[in-house]
Amino acid sequence: MGSKARVRRTARVPWIPIAIISVIVIMALFAPLLAPYSPIDQTLRDKLLPPAWMTGGSDKYFLGTDAFGRDILSRLIYGARVSLMVAVLALTVGGGVGLAVGIVAGYVGGAVDSVLMRLVDAAFTFPAILFALLLSVTMGQGLGTLVIAITLLLWASFARVIRGEVLSLRQRDFVALARVRGCSAPRIMLTHILPNVLNTFMVLVTLNIGVVIIAEATLSFLGAGIPPPTPTWGLMISEGRGRIADAWWVALIPGIAITLMVLSVNLFGDWLRDRLDPRLRQL
Amino acid sequence: MKRYIARRLMQGAVLLCMVATIVFFLGRLTGNPVDLMLPEDATAEDRAALTQTLGLDGPILDQFAIFVGKAIHGDLGTSIRMKQPAVDAFFDRLPNTLVLIPWAILLGMLLGIPLGVVAALHRGGLLDRAAGTVAVLGVAMPSFWLGILLIFVFSVELGWLPSGRMGGPAHYVLPVITLGTFLVAGFMRITRSAMLEVMESEFVKLARIKGLSEAVVIWKHCLRNALIPVLTLWGVFVGNLITGAIVTETVLAWPGIGRLTYEAVIYRDFPLLQAVIILKSILILSINLAVDILYAYVDPRIRLA
Amino acid sequence: MTPDAKGETVLEVRDLHTHFFLRRGVVKAVDGVSFSLRRGEVLGLVGESGCGKSLTALSLMRLLPKGGAQTIKGEVLLGGENILECTPAEMREIRGRRISMVLQDPQTSLNPVFAIGDQLREALLRRKRAPLTRAPHAEVMKEAVAALRRVEIAAPEQRISQYPHQMSGGMKQRVVGAIAISGEPGVLIADEPTTALDVTIQLQYLKLLKRLQAETGMAILFITHDFGVVGRMCDRVAVMYAGRIVECGPVRRIFEAPQHPYTRALIASVPKMTGPVGRLTTIEGQPPSLMDLPVGCRFASRCSLVEQRCLDAYPGTVRVGDEHTADCWKATPA
Repeated sequence: MGSKARVRRTARVPWIPIAIISVIVIMALFAPLLAPYSPIDQTLRDKLLPPAWMTGGSDKYFLGTDAFGRDILSRLIYGARVSLMVAVLALTVGGGVGLAVGIVAGYVGGAVDSVLMRLVDAAFTFPAILFALLLSVTMGQGLGTLVIAITLLLWASFARVIRGEVLSLRQRDFVALARVRGCSAPRIMLTHILPNVLNTFMVLVTLNIGVVIIAEATLSFLGAGIPPPTPTWGLMISEGRGRIADAWWVALIPGIAITLMVLSVNLFGDWLRDRLDPRLRQL
Repeated sequence: MKRYIARRLMQGAVLLCMVATIVFFLGRLTGNPVDLMLPEDATAEDRAALTQTLGLDGPILDQFAIFVGKAIHGDLGTSIRMKQPAVDAFFDRLPNTLVLIPWAILLGMLLGIPLGVVAALHRGGLLDRAAGTVAVLGVAMPSFWLGILLIFVFSVELGWLPSGRMGGPAHYVLPVITLGTFLVAGFMRITRSAMLEVMESEFVKLARIKGLSEAVVIWKHCLRNALIPVLTLWGVFVGNLITGAIVTETVLAWPGIGRLTYEAVIYRDFPLLQAVIILKSILILSINLAVDILYAYVDPRIRLA
Repeated sequence: MTPDAKGETVLEVRDLHTHFFLRRGVVKAVDGVSFSLRRGEVLGLVGESGCGKSLTALSLMRLLPKGGAQTIKGEVLLGGENILECTPAEMREIRGRRISMVLQDPQTSLNPVFAIGDQLREALLRRKRAPLTRAPHAEVMKEAVAALRRVEIAAPEQRISQYPHQMSGGMKQRVVGAIAISGEPGVLIADEPTTALDVTIQLQYLKLLKRLQAETGMAILFITHDFGVVGRMCDRVAVMYAGRIVECGPVRRIFEAPQHPYTRALIASVPKMTGPVGRLTTIEGQPPSLMDLPVGCRFASRCSLVEQRCLDAYPGTVRVGDEHTADCWKATPA
C-alpha cells in the first residue's frame, strides 16, 4: 500500500538526434569545404570501389565510389545541401501558401471559405505525389518543379489546421476591438491574426520536415526530381539500384542518411513540442 | 444510413469532377508535354504531328469539351508507348495492386495495434518510447530504400526470397513488407491515443467494478472502442498505399498500376499519365466511400441512428 | 426500523487517508475518514463538491484514478478482512461480488459498443449463488431479462438487444443498478446516482433503490451533495468537509439538532416548502485548499461561532448522543 508516489519526469533532451541534425546541417552549409572530392567528377578507373573498411576499399574514398567513379562521401555531403535546400524552400513556399489560405479562409469565411475548403478536401483525398509526377512530365525536371510539387503536398494540411486556429481567434475580443477601430480586413489578418498563428505554424513546420525530405527523395528516385548529375540522396539510391548485388554501398548508404535524418528530425520535433506546450502534441 | 451513403456518393462525384478538371488543365497549362516527349532534334513537322495525335491543338476549351465527351464514354486516351487505350492498360494491372493492399494493411495493423496498446498501457515509460521509436523508424525509412535493402538482405545475400515479379506466396513477402511498413506508425499512434482516451472512461471503471480481469477490461472493453477511430485510418491510408505502390512495384518489378505510373513518367507518356491519375482518383474515392460505410456500420451509434 | 434493529457491521472504515501526489504538492483529499456500515442500512455521505466523497468511494473499491492518487493509511474492513491489503487478484474477486458501485453519470457508465444484454451477462456470470458459468447462453439471457425486470424496466426482452444510446438517462441508470447488484454484493456504494437525472425520475430511482435494499438486505453507502435526498433515503448520515467527517449520526437527530456548524449551515441552505419565502441562505467563503490545510478546525474561517481554540487545534470527535458524533469544540457531549 505504501509504495513510492509517482511524479512525472521531464523528458530527457534527445542528444543523439540533435547531434545527427547538426552534422547534416553542417555538411550542407560547408559542403565545398568538407567534401574531399567534387561530387560530379568521374574517375572511371576507380569505379565501384567498396568503402574503406571493406576488402578492396581504399583510404582515398572513405565510403567507396559509384559506377562512374564518383566519391560517395562527397556526393553524400553535397546531397545534404540539395535536400536541405529543397526542404527549406518547399516548407517556406508550401507552408506559406497554406498559412495564407488558412488565414483567409478562416477569417473571411462565407463563400470564400467554402470554395477554399473544397479545394483542401480535394487535395486531401487525392495524393499530391501524382500531381507532382504529372508536373515533372509537363514542366520538366528541375528545382522549380520540385518545389511546386512538394508545395502541393503540404499546403492543404497547413491550410486546414491554420484555418481552425483562425476560426477560434476570430471570436476573440482583440479582433472585435480592431474592427471597431476601423481596421480593414487585410490589416487585421496581417497584424493581429498572423502573429497569433505563428506558434501553430512552427509546429506544423517541424512536423513536416521529415515528410518533405522523404517526398524529395521519392521524387528524385522516380526521376521526377532534380536531374543528374546534381547529387541528391534519392537519385543516388536510384542509380545504385541496378548494382545492388555487387556494390550495395552505392544504394544503401544514402538511404541510411535519409533514415537517420528523418528519424532525428521527428524525435527532436516531438521533444520540442512536448517542451513548448504538451497541448500541441495532438496536432 | 441510406441518406448517408447517398450524400457521400454525391460528394465523391463532385470531388472527382474537380480532380479531373484540375488534372486536365494542369497538364496543359504548365508546360508543353510535346516538347518533353520529343528528342532534341525533332523537326517542326514531328512536333505538329505529335501535337495533333495528342489532341493538344486547338483552343483549350474545345479540348476540354472533347476530353469530357470521351471520358463519359470511358475513353481516357491512348498510351503512346503501349499503343493501347489507357483504361485497358490500367484495368489489366489493377488486380495486381489490389491484391497487395489488404496484406499491407493487415501487416500495419498486426504490428501497429498491439504496439499502440502496449504504449498506452506503459504510458511515459520505456516501452512507450521504444514502441514510438520503432513506429517512427517505419516512417523515416524511404520505402524505396527499404525495398532495396530487403532485396539485398533476403534475395542477394540470403537467397531466401525472390527479388521481384509476381508469383507464388514467396513473391508477396517483400512487396507487402515494403508497402506496409510505414503504416505501422500510423496505426500505433492512433491506437495509443484512442486507448489512452478510452481507458479514462466511466464505463471502464464500471467494468472494473464488475470485477472483470484486467485483460478483459483492456482487450474487450477498451480496444473495441479504440478500434473505431482506427478504422478512419483505412481511408487516410488508402491514398498513401496507392502512391506507395508506385515505388514498391517499381523496386520489386511488380506489374501493377504503380509500376504503370512509373513507366508513364519515365517514358513521358502524357496521355497515359493523365488517365492513370484520373483512374486512381476514382479508385481512391471508391475505397474511401467503402471505408466510411464500414465505419458507420461498426459504430452502433451511427448505424442505428 | 430503528438503528438497533439493523444487522451486524458489514463495512468498517478506519482512519482512511487517500492523497494525491502532484508536482506542486500533496492534495489530502481523504484525510482521516472513519465510519461503519451495517447490514440493511443506508448511510449517507454528504458534502460539497470536492470534499472527498467520491474519492472515499473509489478508495473503498481500490479503483483510484491512475497518476498520483494513493491510499496511504487506514483500514477498510469488509466482513472483518482488510481489503486494502488484498492482492489485485483477490480484490478483483471481491469487486462485484461483495462490494459494488453505481456511478454518477448514466450517459458514460455503459460501454457504447456493446448491447445491454451483453453487459449484463458479464456481471451475471460472476455471481456466486446459482452460478451461471456453465449455463447455456439462452439461460443467461433469461436471467438478464429477469434482472431488468427487477429494476422496473418495461419490455425487458427488447431492451436486452438494444444499445445504451437507445435508452433514456433514467433507464440507463437502472441498468447500471441492475449490473451493480447482479453479483449480489453485501455492500453497494451509490455515488450520486441521481444527480444527473431529471428531478421527476430521481424520486422513482430512489424508491427503486430502497425496494432493492429491502429485498436483498444489502448495506448502501449513499453519496450525495443534496441534503434533501438524504432525508428521503438514509438511516444515518455522515457529513464530510475538507477531507474529514465532521458529523455523523441518525438522520432524524441530525435534522432536528445538528451539532456541527457546517451541518447546521447545510440544512439551513436547503430551501423549504413551508414557511415564508425569503432569501436563500448560503454559506459564505470557500473550503480550504486540500493542499494547504489549516492546523485547526477546517471550517473555522467560515464559522459564525469561531473562537481562538478553533484555529489552534483540530477539535477531537465528541460523542453528542446515541451513535451521534461531531468534531467541534462547541459540541455538547452527551
